[in-house]
Amino acid sequence: GINTKSACDGMNAYMAYKVTTKTSLNLFNRNEFTVKRRFSDFLGLHSKLASKYLHIGYIVPPAPEKSIVGMTKVKVGKEDLSSAEFVEKRRSALERYLMRTVNHPALLKDPDVIQFLESTELPRAVSTQALSGAGILRMVNKAAEAVNKMTIKMNESDAWFEEKQQQFENLDVQLRKLHASVESLVCHRKELSVNTASFAKSAAMLGNSEDHTALSRALSQLAEVEEKIDQLHQEQAYADFYLFSELLGDYVRLITAGVFDHRMKTWSKWQDAQVMLQRKREAEAKLQYANKPDKLQQAKEEIKEWEAKVQQGERDFEQISKNIRREVGRFEKQRVKDFKVVIIKYLESLVHTQQQLIKYWEAFLPEAKAIA
Amino acid sequence: MMQEGLDDGPDFLSEEDRGPRAVNVDLQTDATLQVDISDALSERDKVKFTVHTKSTLPNFKQNEFSVVRQHEEFIWLHDSFVENEEYAGFIIPPAPPRPDFDASREKLQKLGEGEGSMTKEEFTKMKQELEAEYLAIFKKTVAMHEVFLCRVAAHPVLRKDLNFHVFLEYNQDLSVRGKNKKEKLEDFFKNVVKSADGVIVSGVKDVDDFFEHEKTFLLEYHNRVKDASAKSDRMIRSHKSAADDINRIASTLYTLGTQDSTDVCKFFLKVSELFEKTRKIEARVAADEDLKLADLLKYYLRESQAAKDLLYRRGRALVDYENANKALDKARAKNKDVLQAETTQQVCCQKFEKISESAKQELIDFKTRRVAAFRKNLVELAELELKHAKGNLQLLQSCLAVLKGDT
Repeated sequence: GINTKSACDGMNAYMAYKVTTKTSLNLFNRNEFTVKRRFSDFLGLHSKLASKYLHIGYIVPPAPEKSIVGMTKVKVGKEDLSSAEFVEKRRSALERYLMRTVNHPALLKDPDVIQFLESTELPRAVSTQALSGAGILRMVNKAAEAVNKMTIKMNESDAWFEEKQQQFENLDVQLRKLHASVESLVCHRKELSVNTASFAKSAAMLGNSEDHTALSRALSQLAEVEEKIDQLHQEQAYADFYLFSELLGDYVRLITAGVFDHRMKTWSKWQDAQVMLQRKREAEAKLQYANKPDKLQQAKEEIKEWEAKVQQGERDFEQISKNIRREVGRFEKQRVKDFKVVIIKYLESLVHTQQQLIKYWEAFLPEAKAIA
Repeated sequence: MMQEGLDDGPDFLSEEDRGPRAVNVDLQTDATLQVDISDALSERDKVKFTVHTKSTLPNFKQNEFSVVRQHEEFIWLHDSFVENEEYAGFIIPPAPPRPDFDASREKLQKLGEGEGSMTKEEFTKMKQELEAEYLAIFKKTVAMHEVFLCRVAAHPVLRKDLNFHVFLEYNQDLSVRGKNKKEKLEDFFKNVVKSADGVIVSGVKDVDDFFEHEKTFLLEYHNRVKDASAKSDRMIRSHKSAADDINRIASTLYTLGTQDSTDVCKFFLKVSELFEKTRKIEARVAADEDLKLADLLKYYLRESQAAKDLLYRRGRALVDYENANKALDKARAKNKDVLQAETTQQVCCQKFEKISESAKQELIDFKTRRVAAFRKNLVELAELELKHAKGNLQLLQSCLAVLKGDT
């Protein structure tokens, strides 16, 4: 297995991330090694993988977002993109990206991935402006639009694809909704934490001015309990976000990676080739009666060329269809695992919160009863 | 349209809600006079309370009887106490706040308008919640009106008040709506508050240590209760919002779970069910905090204001007494209208002493009541928080066991 951990060093004008890999696989030279990478290096890796594999139907994990705003524009209270929070969000996103990438059996073996994890020096990624996750998305969407504009009626001989595409679209809608709700929860949880702290202070003040000694003490205790609860809420919000919300965001981006569109492109390329071949055959047939031996020879060669292209087109289409089937199967299995792991962790964080709450209130109860 | 769907029927209160509800006040119920609100009806823009009295006092024609009263009539009663000079030395039980369903109604209306944009399940769910919210507000307003009556009934002098008896017994409309002076009185007091605080803590140190202490204490206490009340409201609102979010999450997970019957969908359904249950608990926690903490603070905000009003009246009486003394000295010096000045001075003196004496007792009682109420509510708050946390914990642990076992 592979463990990838990252730590951050602030260095000069950019942030470098320490990527540590622990492995027993033979793919690598050593069992444990650490390299330093910049954010642009991650984007570079992604662009290479995308260019190699997207068009043959692999679900390539999308690059981490450059901007942290994410899918929805929910204002998280006073959204403090304080550097500590920003760095942590980014680090976490980069780690998840790498984990997804190495969990893909084909991508793991890719030389670019191995180089990324292993080599001390990495050639600087060229112009990663347009290659962030959002950038890729824009490219893919443009391609998809172009495809749609050509009124292609792809006779979906394979009901499986139609069904899957529909499922993915539904999933996309629901995940976005879920993501929005979770972000709202994070926001309200943070708000709750702030308001609880504020109430705690107020209760302490009230306790100070209360002139009945036992009640005064109880109110101060109440203030302390609320202060501790405020801490709990903060931690819970943290868990809400990192465990739940980020996972959902990743999946939404993953689904929109557009494998189905690539398949359509491949199909249309194949169809175009067939149309071309037909034209070349017609041209050749005409030339049979034209007594232009050179042109006829050329025409025959062109037919051979296009026959090959048609065959290639058909093979490509079958290959991408096969790849997508396998990828979707893997994605669905992975999705279950991912969600299960995260949700279990999340529920465990909720359990912890409740246990702490019980502790605090059990300590307070005798104080309240002691008011005489 | 939505409002007609609400339960306008008479039996709005369940069995368990009947009987004295003295939430924030720990009052001894006295067999000679027991008052409660046995029923209530919510109509379009008003609430009708059924005030039920049980009494062995000879003043009443029967031993047990009921009348229907609306909010304005409670206000009329309260104002009549405030205006009565005889009661200047008492802490007048604070008037119950006006029933306010506006926010709730607005939400229900918005829900009705947005019916087309959500699934049937979502709509039904939200409607149920808003109705529950409406019901909770309703129960609260009933409790607050009842507490007012119970306080009056428990007060040794106020319980004998004639207006109070008319309020309890006269089974016709008291026709006070047009003559409602509540707003006017509120304005009057608002304008006077600034100078009132001034009168209470006038530069002259009070001869009586007890009152000197009470002045300082009450002014500070009132402000801090106000702050705590506002902050607790905000905290509870956030809590409710978070619970609403969990509700939406549960719904979306449910939709995801019903898309097909694969493993992942079964998983989503289980988690959805869990969130639905924890959401209910979270909502209950917020509701209980509201009842035991927020309402307690709100009530003592009103009571401490009433206590301040008492100090104000005493302060005024003291000023009048001091002025009468000065006038007497002047009259004696000029030897003119001395007898009249003496009479005035005596009247002021008696008034001041009478107020001071009863005020002292009232303030001592106030402290006793306050301590008892806080104790009761804080204990109940802690017990409820524990109950809910334990319930939540059990839910989470059993769901976790199932999910982990499935792997």
